[in-house]
Amino acid sequence: MTSLYDELGGAVAIDAAVDIFYRKVMADELLAPFFDDVDMERQAAKQKAFLTMVTGGPAHYTGRDMRRAHAHLVAEGIDDTHFDAVVGHLAGTLKELGVSDDKIARVGALAESVRNDVLGRTPAV
Amino acid sequence: MTGRIRRGSLDVVLEPGETALEGLLRGGAEVPSSCRAGACQACMLRAVSGDPGSVAQQGLSPALREQGWFLPCMSRPTGELVIEEGPPPAIGAAIVDVAEIGRAIVRVRLEPDEELSYRPGQYVQLIQGEHVRAYSLASSPADGRTLELHVRVHSLGRMSRWLAAAAPGARVGLRGPAGSCFYTEGRPDQPLLLVGTGAGLAPLRAIVRDARRRGHTGPIALVHGACDPTGFYLVDELKSMADETGNFRYVRCAMSGEPSDGVEIGDLTAVTLRLFPCLKGWRIFLCGSPDRVNALKKQCFLRGAGLKDISADAFLTARMPPPPLRRGPAPPGG
Repeated sequence: MTSLYDELGGAVAIDAAVDIFYRKVMADELLAPFFDDVDMERQAAKQKAFLTMVTGGPAHYTGRDMRRAHAHLVAEGIDDTHFDAVVGHLAGTLKELGVSDDKIARVGALAESVRNDVLGRTPAV
Repeated sequence: MTGRIRRGSLDVVLEPGETALEGLLRGGAEVPSSCRAGACQACMLRAVSGDPGSVAQQGLSPALREQGWFLPCMSRPTGELVIEEGPPPAIGAAIVDVAEIGRAIVRVRLEPDEELSYRPGQYVQLIQGEHVRAYSLASSPADGRTLELHVRVHSLGRMSRWLAAAAPGARVGLRGPAGSCFYTEGRPDQPLLLVGTGAGLAPLRAIVRDARRRGHTGPIALVHGACDPTGFYLVDELKSMADETGNFRYVRCAMSGEPSDGVEIGDLTAVTLRLFPCLKGWRIFLCGSPDRVNALKKQCFLRGAGLKDISADAFLTARMPPPPLRRGPAPPGG
């Protein structure tokens, strides 16, 4: 099966999606405090890596990378509500770009697969 | 032809299929990397000659691309690629004259020993004795070889007080240019918004003049912020630029004082957003104190400007610019 990443148009499409997604995240009062002091370019690059990963593109991140990258946020108290909010903005972004609901659901499933790593939890066995 | 990478003393011939990053690492270079798929930009380097390939510059802003920045994890050069290593060597320059052009702001004109190739809005490092400070260029190579800087004279500033008192002919060292806050061609009808505080006006003035010289046709708005109305300078010059076409808007914004024609009173970010509520499709240039620049950058983005369409120079310290995204933004000093 071709990845959604390729169907969307690869890196060029992801670049367009990053601004929309990042703007939604920053405008969200629940999430904004975690982005107050970050370097915006650096953060956008991370968002791009995230979008590349959840659309099945060539991003070689492991569960351990996700765990390490979010450890400081877990310490600051991020939980399922934050994760759900981010996934919601992800779906909203793709919807805005005209992606069909079944494809958005595929992306949601990929995002779901890193939930426990992002939140620093031991995965359920 | 086989790809070949040179960086300082390193010289690596690439193996078939090998990326520039893989070649550099095999050759013993220390290059941080993460995704190795062109996404995270952790490995970004600058090519000084050769072609890294368009795929290796996908997703970078036009200003970064123009300066040769690329992602070595995505680069498979077919010829020789020379990668920047360390800061460029300094050249000498002589002070032409120093004039007070605003409250605690002097214009310093410099004659470099050799012609400097730069884009209006970029900055240079001045070296005087053991002191190094970064200053944005208010001039353009189109004006001739002489460089113009606007220097805020700080009461304890070693470099700024030295410059303010320097006699014509005094010598300084010069390194640069650096910085990606400059006009890029390709979208002549795009609206431009330039916002700066204090001597942050220097690069913005240079960018406005450069945009016009390059035939920019879209509207241009310049907002200059100061603590109070005595902090504005170059007012007559900028006003006269506004007269020429009607396509240039010049706004002064003071935090306190009496409002008057062309002078708004209030918080710079709030006033800017009130005057320019929707910035979708705009190109934004921000120069000045870090708190102002960072607040404006975030708000301009939230108001619709694309992140790659926002160029910001926060006037911080006097170090050479680190590669973007690796150790933080490039910080010129006012």
